[in-house]
Amino acid sequence: MNKISYPLIGDYGVPAQYLLSHIFKDQIVVPPPITSKTIELGVKYSPDFVCTPFKYTLGTMIESADKGANILIQLGGGCRYGYYAELQEKILHDLGYDVKVINLITKGKPELKRILGSFKNINVKFRKSKLVYYGFITMKMLQYMDKVDDYIRANIAFEVEKGSFDLLRDEMLEKFKETKGFTNLYKIYKYYFKQIKKVEVHKPDNPLKIGVIGELYTLMEPFANGYLEKDLANNNIEIKRFTTATYLLLKKKKIMKRAFRKNKVIKYHLGADGADNVMNTKWLCNHGYDGIIHIKSAFCTPEIGAMPIISKIAGEKDVPVLFLTFDANTSEIGVKTRLEAFYDMLEMRKNK
Amino acid sequence: MKDCYLGVDIGSISTKGVIIDDNNNIIAEEYIWTEASPVEAVRKLVKILDEKLPSGYVVKGIGTTGSARKLIGLLLKANVVKNEITAHAIGTVTFYPDVRTILEIGGQDSKIILIKNGIITNYAMNTLCAAGTGAFLSSQAKRLGLDVKDFGEYALKSDNPVKIAARCTVFAESDLVHKAQAGYEKKDIIAGLCKSVVMNYLNNVGKGKKIVGPIIFQGGVSKNKGVIKYFEEILGQKVIVPENSHLMGAIGIAILARKNKTGHTYSLELEDTEFHTKGFECNRCANNCELLKIYRNNKIVDSWGSKCGKY
Repeated sequence: MNKISYPLIGDYGVPAQYLLSHIFKDQIVVPPPITSKTIELGVKYSPDFVCTPFKYTLGTMIESADKGANILIQLGGGCRYGYYAELQEKILHDLGYDVKVINLITKGKPELKRILGSFKNINVKFRKSKLVYYGFITMKMLQYMDKVDDYIRANIAFEVEKGSFDLLRDEMLEKFKETKGFTNLYKIYKYYFKQIKKVEVHKPDNPLKIGVIGELYTLMEPFANGYLEKDLANNNIEIKRFTTATYLLLKKKKIMKRAFRKNKVIKYHLGADGADNVMNTKWLCNHGYDGIIHIKSAFCTPEIGAMPIISKIAGEKDVPVLFLTFDANTSEIGVKTRLEAFYDMLEMRKNK
Repeated sequence: MKDCYLGVDIGSISTKGVIIDDNNNIIAEEYIWTEASPVEAVRKLVKILDEKLPSGYVVKGIGTTGSARKLIGLLLKANVVKNEITAHAIGTVTFYPDVRTILEIGGQDSKIILIKNGIITNYAMNTLCAAGTGAFLSSQAKRLGLDVKDFGEYALKSDNPVKIAARCTVFAESDLVHKAQAGYEKKDIIAGLCKSVVMNYLNNVGKGKKIVGPIIFQGGVSKNKGVIKYFEEILGQKVIVPENSHLMGAIGIAILARKNKTGHTYSLELEDTEFHTKGFECNRCANNCELLKIYRNNKIVDSWGSKCGKY
């Protein structure tokens, strides 16, 4: 019997598990959470100069394959990400795993026919209608998750009782796993969002605000950025992040189309989210943010292209930008020193 | 009894300590090598400082900075533990209130700090590699059979520095070997090396930053006259090197310790303090966190490295 698995990014494993477990029932293998072992595995079998998400996802794939998965799903993107699936399949074959990696997006577009075909191969009983129905629920779930996260990001630094947001959020995700339908999902979301909004926060009138931009995987997977957002929250800083699954899947296309038509900031695509980050920098500068942290995985070409433009735009508005690069073996102390200095600087600027 | 404050800057190569009084005058100072054991170095340093300290002073605050700041902060029970960027800026601004740019090249890292009206407006630190730092210079000095302290003098003698790749130490080193084997004079090679340090710094750390005067140059490498010369030549401005340039971080953190004093009195006697660390690997989950437990007088005071927060 075919067993299907998927790589992890942030908490989006929950909707992915929901969708796949409803389409393929017991044919799915839930990947183990990302740990140091995952990265070790990924680094061991990846080319050294590949970007870090490759290493993370390969690590997860090997772990899932060890648990018995033989069909692995990989997303594609507008950069090197688009070639991950093929290369990872080759590496896994060389390692002796008899697996197939399905690339959901090719040439920047999801090719529905090909995907449906390969789903049919996994399970002959696969029905399109099921995919559509649960697909829509999953989309809705992603949107709800991101809405809740946006609120939490802006407030978590100021919660009176530490950990109360995380507790509620984890509870909500647990409930999401057992969603029965649209109404049920909406009810869970409504209930928990209400509870989350009730959490007592002591927000000062003018808190430090930082926008976090950069490459999508490093942004969305807390393990890959050394729990940057947690660190920001511990230093009483309000966080704004644009890159979420909702943004990438639903909003990006429309927003960027408009941005290219109406805006004079940027003329050409930089690949992946490069141009988006330039636009976001402009937004953050215009909306009174105190600082910007730009993070990327090592060797991320689109972001390297975007960096000089970002520092130019931010420089004109006198907003400091901290550029951080993460690889699978970044020493955390170096990053901590830079972050500490960044917080100190922002505080000094604010209190002048 | 007069109050005084101790600032300790524990870098990768050297450990610096100063004691200042309420008016930021330096009462005692010391500069020793870290030799990869910060705890031992600090014990030695504090002992020397204690002997140097004139009678009639009580230590009212201790601050630590540098890459081993957290560990030493626990050893000394410091009231302030701050990163070196802030410490350097505070120290420099106290002595040069109108400074606009601080260039700092230390043992293993280099940074640039931009200041406006006494406030840090931007900074950058070298990323990924140690090209053009003190460690690079001293390893090349060894290769050339010289003491790194004489480097500056040598460089000043040359009128014709050789061109040495500035991007990356690996290329710089192979360039250097080539030039030496090709028969270039030692002084020209050293001058070229100093110039490559400056070029490397401006290309990597100073990239995209507007460098405005007054410029202050500090850190261990600022003692190298050759590097100062090429900074002035390339930037076209005067570069000020304070007399205490190598101590600026320690002074800055001492000033912060003064500002944050709690009224507690500190003792500089460390001999009775037993301090050790114990590293072990937690195998409770697949993360296999490398943990470090820190014991002070056989009592656990802190532990680092845990991802889940259990320790």
